[in-house]
Amino acid sequence: MKIGVCIKQVPDTEARLRPSASGQWIDEEEIPFAINEGDEYAIEEAISIAEQTGGEVVVVTVGPERAREALRKALAVGAHRAVHLADEAYAGGDCWATARALAAVANRESFDLILTGSQSADVGFGTTGTLLASMLGWPHAWLVVGLEVADGSAKVTREMEAGKNELLQIGLPAVVEVQAGINKPRYASLKGIMQAKRKEVAELSPADLELDPSQVGAAGSRLEFLSVSVPPKGEGAQILEGDTAEVATQLVDKLRTEARVL
Amino acid sequence: MNRFSGVDYLDLDPFLDDEERLIRDTVRAFVDDKIKPIIEECHREGTFPLQVVPELAQLNLFGASIDDYGLPGLKGTAYGLIMQELERGDSGLRSMVSVQSSLVMYPIYTFGSQEQKDRWIPALASGEAIGCFGLTEPDFGSNPGGMRTTARRDGNEWVLNGAKQWITNGTLSAVAVVWAKTEDGIRGFLVENGTPGFTSSDQHGKFSLRASVTSELGFQDCRIPVNNILPKTEGLKNALMCLNQARYGIAWGGLGAAMECYHTALEYAKERLQFGGQPIASHQLVQDKLVWMVTEISKGQLLALQLARLKDEGRLRHFHVSMGKRNNVWVARECAKLAREILGANGIVDDYPVIRHMLNIESVYTYEGTHDIHGLVIGERVTGIPAYNPPAAKAAARQDAVVDPVSNRR
Ligand SMILES: Cc1cc2nc3c(=O)[nH]c(=O)nc-3n(C[C@H](O)[C@H](O)[C@H](O)COP(=O)(O)OP(=O)(O)OC[C@H]3O[C@@H](n4cnc5c(N)ncnc54)[C@H](O)[C@@H]3O)c2cc1C
Repeated sequence: MKIGVCIKQVPDTEARLRPSASGQWIDEEEIPFAINEGDEYAIEEAISIAEQTGGEVVVVTVGPERAREALRKALAVGAHRAVHLADEAYAGGDCWATARALAAVANRESFDLILTGSQSADVGFGTTGTLLASMLGWPHAWLVVGLEVADGSAKVTREMEAGKNELLQIGLPAVVEVQAGINKPRYASLKGIMQAKRKEVAELSPADLELDPSQVGAAGSRLEFLSVSVPPKGEGAQILEGDTAEVATQLVDKLRTEARVL
Repeated sequence: MNRFSGVDYLDLDPFLDDEERLIRDTVRAFVDDKIKPIIEECHREGTFPLQVVPELAQLNLFGASIDDYGLPGLKGTAYGLIMQELERGDSGLRSMVSVQSSLVMYPIYTFGSQEQKDRWIPALASGEAIGCFGLTEPDFGSNPGGMRTTARRDGNEWVLNGAKQWITNGTLSAVAVVWAKTEDGIRGFLVENGTPGFTSSDQHGKFSLRASVTSELGFQDCRIPVNNILPKTEGLKNALMCLNQARYGIAWGGLGAAMECYHTALEYAKERLQFGGQPIASHQLVQDKLVWMVTEISKGQLLALQLARLKDEGRLRHFHVSMGKRNNVWVARECAKLAREILGANGIVDDYPVIRHMLNIESVYTYEGTHDIHGLVIGERVTGIPAYNPPAAKAAARQDAVVDPVSNRR
């Protein structure tokens, strides 16, 4: 079984973000980056499936040179090899252009299963995996909290509203977008980190993937960021003072009489 | 409070390689997720969190610098960064890992027979076995060469008599590396838990390093097989070689404790409002304390990195390590004190990690060669005059066959 895991490197959730000079994105100088949280679960899921069934885990990312660190971490945790789409041509892509590039990798690799997170912590569209599945003509499932793979199909548990789950069976190959909490991502071992150095990271250009540069990156995108801004400070925020019991009483009172939500 | 993201005033990170950063960040995340939530409770109860041993082993934190038996074979900086992050969690945790790695696995690997290595290295690496290192005795701390524990050869056995005190991991251990005097000088022995004549009990009433087990070991006509001697040990110098490994780790560990105190104080000072709603960080006196801390931590990092370079080139000498241990533990001690001041009353409760580090660091200041003894090592290096055993004391102590504790010179 060959499993592809699509991961994204995003600003660390604790990074303090500021709009960039152009106002169209954030200033990436001096902020720490990390693997998108949902993707960490996808990596763990892939590795544990490969451990049980045998097989290979290939991590794929579209992102600049710095994203190499995310791939290395996935390799250290146990992925077998990595594909890095770092060419300038891929830069500035929206979910459509990114899915197009990932679909080309999937075709080239003939994955049996693609795992990814349900959404990214930066732009949060939650559509890349779905677009990828549709470009490949594969079934997919989003917000997956349970996955069992057997004999060419997968049983997936999806999180529904109001604490209900649904259980689906989908044929492979498929794209499965997991939800945080599906498993417990392991830590890389020091041995794993040292071995990751020797694992293959293939850099593929659009030409390697038989894509025209106009199909990927900013050129291949249908969506343009006009501006990003910090939301204005909320008005009417109140800070309740006192010990826990007092604060709780005040809060309940306000929720009842002011917000009228209780 | 914001998650700890490192102290890197001098922009040292880009000088680390990818593996070093990833190793540090992995241990950092582990400490944040698994140690910080439980450590205050361990400290209150005076217990070591044994439940994390399997995870420490899975991460390969035991014997991480050994390049054999499937262990990672880390170089100096990566190993040091592990110690830094562990000690940022708690000095007791770092002590446990230091003892297991530098004081038990290192001597077995370096001075042990093939059989001893095959038996113990995998068991210690996987955490199935915990080990301890017994050098200090009730009457011999800074001057271990005076030890009274003896090992006498009797046919196919060695017979041990004596007592060891202040032994980290003592009652947790399946195997103790014990140093004892024989007819041909001090040698190392492996004593297994359960051997008749070998007893251990915990020392109570500690106000420091409470999340670490500290024990007394007793040997009364304790008979061990003749093969349990570490064959390649020749004298006290072998024990000191182990300590050099551990002290190297402490030079980094001290930085971890200092960083945690600094980070806590900095975050606190930015949020705590006094006098007209101003954060206390806006006061010059408070800034001065923060500046002292970050400056000394940064200097300590440079010192530790240089020790790492020397270590990787095989040029690290005990007097280099002495400067690292002495300075960086002192920096940690001073940072804990300043951070405690900045936290005001909150500085004395265990809602914040500062008071725990402040208490812990008193042990670290004393063990593995006290601050002053390392001062004497540096003093000897620069003056050429050993001052451990001044002439007046020498005459009185002659019968102890005094050996200078660090350089092993008479
Ligand atoms: C929590 C903890 C864990 C420990 N774990 C271990 C362990 O696992 N294994 C082990 O073998 N030991 C261990 N030790 C023991 C530790 O190494 C000793 O405590 C240390 O070597 C100091 O010895 P001492 O306490 O006997 O002090 P002493 O040697 O009595 O020193 C007392 C004071 O006198 C000063 N002093 C002594 N000689 C001189 C001199 N020549 N010139 C100037 N000043 C001098 C010292 O600097 C110190 O300030 C541990 C100790 C602690 C507190």
